[in-house]
Amino acid sequence: MTPTTDRTHRTVDVLVIGAGPAGLAVAARLAAAGVDRVEVLDREQHAGGVPRHCHHTGFGLRDLRRVMTGPDYARHHIAAAIRAGAVLRTGVTATGWAAPRTVDITGPTGLERITATAVVLATGARERPRSARLVPGTRPAGVLTTGQLQQAVHLHHQSVGRRAVIVGAERVSHSAVDTLRRAGAEVVAMVTDQPRHQTHPACHLGTLLRHGIPLVTDATVAELTGRGRLESVRLRHRDGRTAAVACDTMVFTGDWIPDHELARSAGIALDPGTRGPAADADFRTAAPGVFAVGNLLHPVETADIAALDGRFAAAPVLRHLTGVPWTPGALPVRVEAPLLWVWPNRIAPGGPPPPRGRFTLRTTRFLTRPVLTVVQDGHTLHRGRLPRTAVPNRPFHLPAGWLAGAAAHGGPVHITVD
Amino acid sequence: MTVTTTGDLPDEVHDVAIVGAGVVGTAIARELARYRLRIALVEASDDVGNGTSKANTAILHTGFDATPGTLEARLVREGYQRLIAYAAETGIPLEPLGALLVAWDGEQLAALPALAEKAARNGYDETSVLDADAVYAREPHLGPGALGALEVPGESIICPWTTTLAYATQAVRAGVDLHLNCPAGAITTGGDHHEIATPRGVLRTRHLVNAAGLYSDEINRRLGHEEFTVTPRRGQLIVFDKFARGLVDRILLPVPTALGKGVLVAPTVYGNVMLGPTAEDLDDKTATGSSADGLASLREKGERILPELLAEEVTAVYAGLRAATEHGDYQIHADPGRRYVAVGGIRSTGLTASMAIAAHVVELLTDCGLDPGPEREIEPVRMPTIGEAFPRPYQRADLIAADPAYGTVVCHCERVTRGEIRDALTATVPPASLDGIRRRTRALGGRCQGFFCGAEVRAQFEAATAAQDRTAQDRTEARR
Ligand SMILES: Cc1cc2nc3c(=O)[nH]c(=O)nc-3n(C[C@H](O)[C@H](O)[C@H](O)COP(=O)(O)OP(=O)(O)OC[C@H]3O[C@@H](n4cnc5c(N)ncnc54)[C@H](O)[C@@H]3O)c2cc1C
Ligand SMILES: Cc1cc2nc3c(=O)[nH]c(=O)nc-3n(C[C@H](O)[C@H](O)[C@H](O)COP(=O)(O)OP(=O)(O)OC[C@H]3O[C@@H](n4cnc5c(N)ncnc54)[C@H](O)[C@@H]3O)c2cc1C
Repeated sequence: MTPTTDRTHRTVDVLVIGAGPAGLAVAARLAAAGVDRVEVLDREQHAGGVPRHCHHTGFGLRDLRRVMTGPDYARHHIAAAIRAGAVLRTGVTATGWAAPRTVDITGPTGLERITATAVVLATGARERPRSARLVPGTRPAGVLTTGQLQQAVHLHHQSVGRRAVIVGAERVSHSAVDTLRRAGAEVVAMVTDQPRHQTHPACHLGTLLRHGIPLVTDATVAELTGRGRLESVRLRHRDGRTAAVACDTMVFTGDWIPDHELARSAGIALDPGTRGPAADADFRTAAPGVFAVGNLLHPVETADIAALDGRFAAAPVLRHLTGVPWTPGALPVRVEAPLLWVWPNRIAPGGPPPPRGRFTLRTTRFLTRPVLTVVQDGHTLHRGRLPRTAVPNRPFHLPAGWLAGAAAHGGPVHITVD
Repeated sequence: MTVTTTGDLPDEVHDVAIVGAGVVGTAIARELARYRLRIALVEASDDVGNGTSKANTAILHTGFDATPGTLEARLVREGYQRLIAYAAETGIPLEPLGALLVAWDGEQLAALPALAEKAARNGYDETSVLDADAVYAREPHLGPGALGALEVPGESIICPWTTTLAYATQAVRAGVDLHLNCPAGAITTGGDHHEIATPRGVLRTRHLVNAAGLYSDEINRRLGHEEFTVTPRRGQLIVFDKFARGLVDRILLPVPTALGKGVLVAPTVYGNVMLGPTAEDLDDKTATGSSADGLASLREKGERILPELLAEEVTAVYAGLRAATEHGDYQIHADPGRRYVAVGGIRSTGLTASMAIAAHVVELLTDCGLDPGPEREIEPVRMPTIGEAFPRPYQRADLIAADPAYGTVVCHCERVTRGEIRDALTATVPPASLDGIRRRTRALGGRCQGFFCGAEVRAQFEAATAAQDRTAQDRTEARR
């Protein structure tokens, strides 16, 4: 067969790539607002994004004001988008760009090329696997991420091992505990490089008391051993001591990275902190007509926050569709260590404030009631103490009141802690 | 067409048995399959190419820097030509990118002309010495401080997995019996044939080829030979995300000096960039793990060569063991009295030389009394396109129109479709594990390492395995 690469061409008003909470929410709003052709694509066989395989409850608090399981939450957003009139297509992958707002698609019905007036990237985020974390040792089976674990257990009813060690002690790590226990595995330890766990005390105590799982703090994974199947892991404490733990399963949780492949292949600049596309409070990237929403922008927030992004992004997308000129915020907001990232990370002084009037941040260390300083060109725009401890892997917020004081043509804005 | 993974070995006397189904053993099997012979290829592991052949730097060497006059120099040179032709015929991914040996200090710069001369003595005349400007014009992302380079335009990158698999597939289709999960144990050599003990029964063969890689010295001793001892030399490698591919166009080789060998940076045919290998002499032939020190030293060296590389995500880390010996050359010896050929010490060029080694071994076998009879045409094979140089199935309207399974992407990072995974699962030499699927299709080999598709690929693998078990059962019952 001679290879052919012919594509059918189409145009739509809005092309949303990714049918997770963020993509579905923006599509629902836009279709409800009367946009004619809103098409949402997802490369998985089923829409819904990550919540599809999070079988525990707790989804929907902030966007729907009630809580439900992940699959129910996914179904809610799918139904809302379809009801509003968005076209939802699954099993189709956006593979690249033919022009700035023209996307190439592969699906079982063939190759397509879709041109849109607005493209919304909603491709989500993933956990860094063992290799990306450079954990040395052999390459046995039984080493996975929470995303893979949840799909194995909840979507495919596959067996997992008997004795598991979890790397991470944040929210998603506890989801991994639940999933492992449901699959009949014993969790023999949770390991974190932090001095404490990073979840809400109630959640963590629940896990500890209910299941008696030891938490190993200030420790990293020094080596995996085992041929064929994982046999044990060596943990190294900050003080240099090491200990071997026998286990046949290891779940690497958290350590997020946005799925930024499409954004990057469009040449859209990434933010050095989030590693997602740099975007302003209106979810605009530097590429005209290309928006980004959800955990692609901020790895990671809970699903309801991703869905709220989608909701908030609808108005700026509508403005773009009516032909308002593309003038995204171009002034970078940067954080300095020990801060990890801030979102939004581009601002337009005098432009729109971030959703809910605040910036979202992450820290790499516990900071007890830290003082945050916002500086531009040596000039302090804001200085204030946070009311509580900033915890790694959990959001904390900075009010956006200082935004008006930033000079539009000044240098980058820096956020530091002392 | 026979590939067995369990059960008793056939009760017959083979013309030739080959121990070890790495790139060398499978190449030999394929070369012998061109004659009407009863051939068995026995492999200890559950797949072909599961030893050193799966974990190397995947470069097809011109042989420009071999030691002139050695057997290795000749076989690498010949193997290079043969494999280029074979890759074109079978679809093994290969890209002739060329290499630069970059000099970072005066000593290395001074060594370049001698390397060019050595290349010429190896029959390779196409090298040229470049000044710093020419080097940066070719590789603008190179770190600062490069003083010059030797350009070797013929150096190429190749897919080591498809190479081994193509040999094995063609050999099996031409009648070779491949027995997996079949470690060769004690060997009794009689006047007429060898008896090789395996957990699956005794294998009888008139001629024996030892292509056991790291264990070739041990098999050699079982036949009373002591020509060489294998010392594993570990090479750790880091594979970077595809976004790094834009940083480098050629293979960046180190200049060998008295102070030792540096590391290389090379694109892969899958569109990644690799950094490595280390060189550590060990005594454990199973030590294929990576170490914190090894990875740290690679990163430090990589930072100098291509600083931006280090900012990219790491997709994979692995280590391979070179079968180094106390000798400076391949250890290929024939013992006509025992109708035996040892193929040992195939250290760091065996992928390149594989086809030439195979041709050489067939000659040695005839010296040992093997009468291969007339040559015959064997069915050509066409391997799946897993390299980036040609359109992959997900990019092909024609394939998807004929079979929509090629339009359903399962592994998103590597864009591997359901159709390709299905094909691999039903191929002549099917995978025995998820790693086997990865080496055949690239599924699970990407940046997420299974976050998105790990469970789905496993489900497809388990379904196929269950279906095969059912057919096997049905067959047994039918026989009853
Ligand atoms: C393992 C895990 C557990 C979590 N647990 C919780 C929890 O308990 N509670 C909670 O509130 N939040 C949780 N989160 C976070 C929450 O799930 C996410 O915040 C939410 O799903 C993010 O929504 P999103 O729309 O940004 O991205 P996603 O839900 O990740 O959706 C992105 C979608 O884009 C699609 N896509 C990507 N690239 C392409 C492409 N090229 N072409 C077509 N489609 C594409 C993907 O298939 C996917 O469906 C968890 C996240 C993970 C990873
Ligand atoms: C880090 C590194 C980088 C390299 N880079 C390159 C390169 O860029 N280009 C290149 O051309 N070469 C390269 N090489 C060299 C190349 O990989 C080897 O020369 C080649 O793979 C050797 O193949 P083999 O078949 O001899 O060995 P193997 O692949 O090890 O095969 C031997 C087989 O024998 C089996 N076996 C052992 N004992 C028994 C037994 N008792 N019974 C049955 N089966 C047995 C093993 O299971 C194994 O499958 C590199 C090697 C390393 C380690």
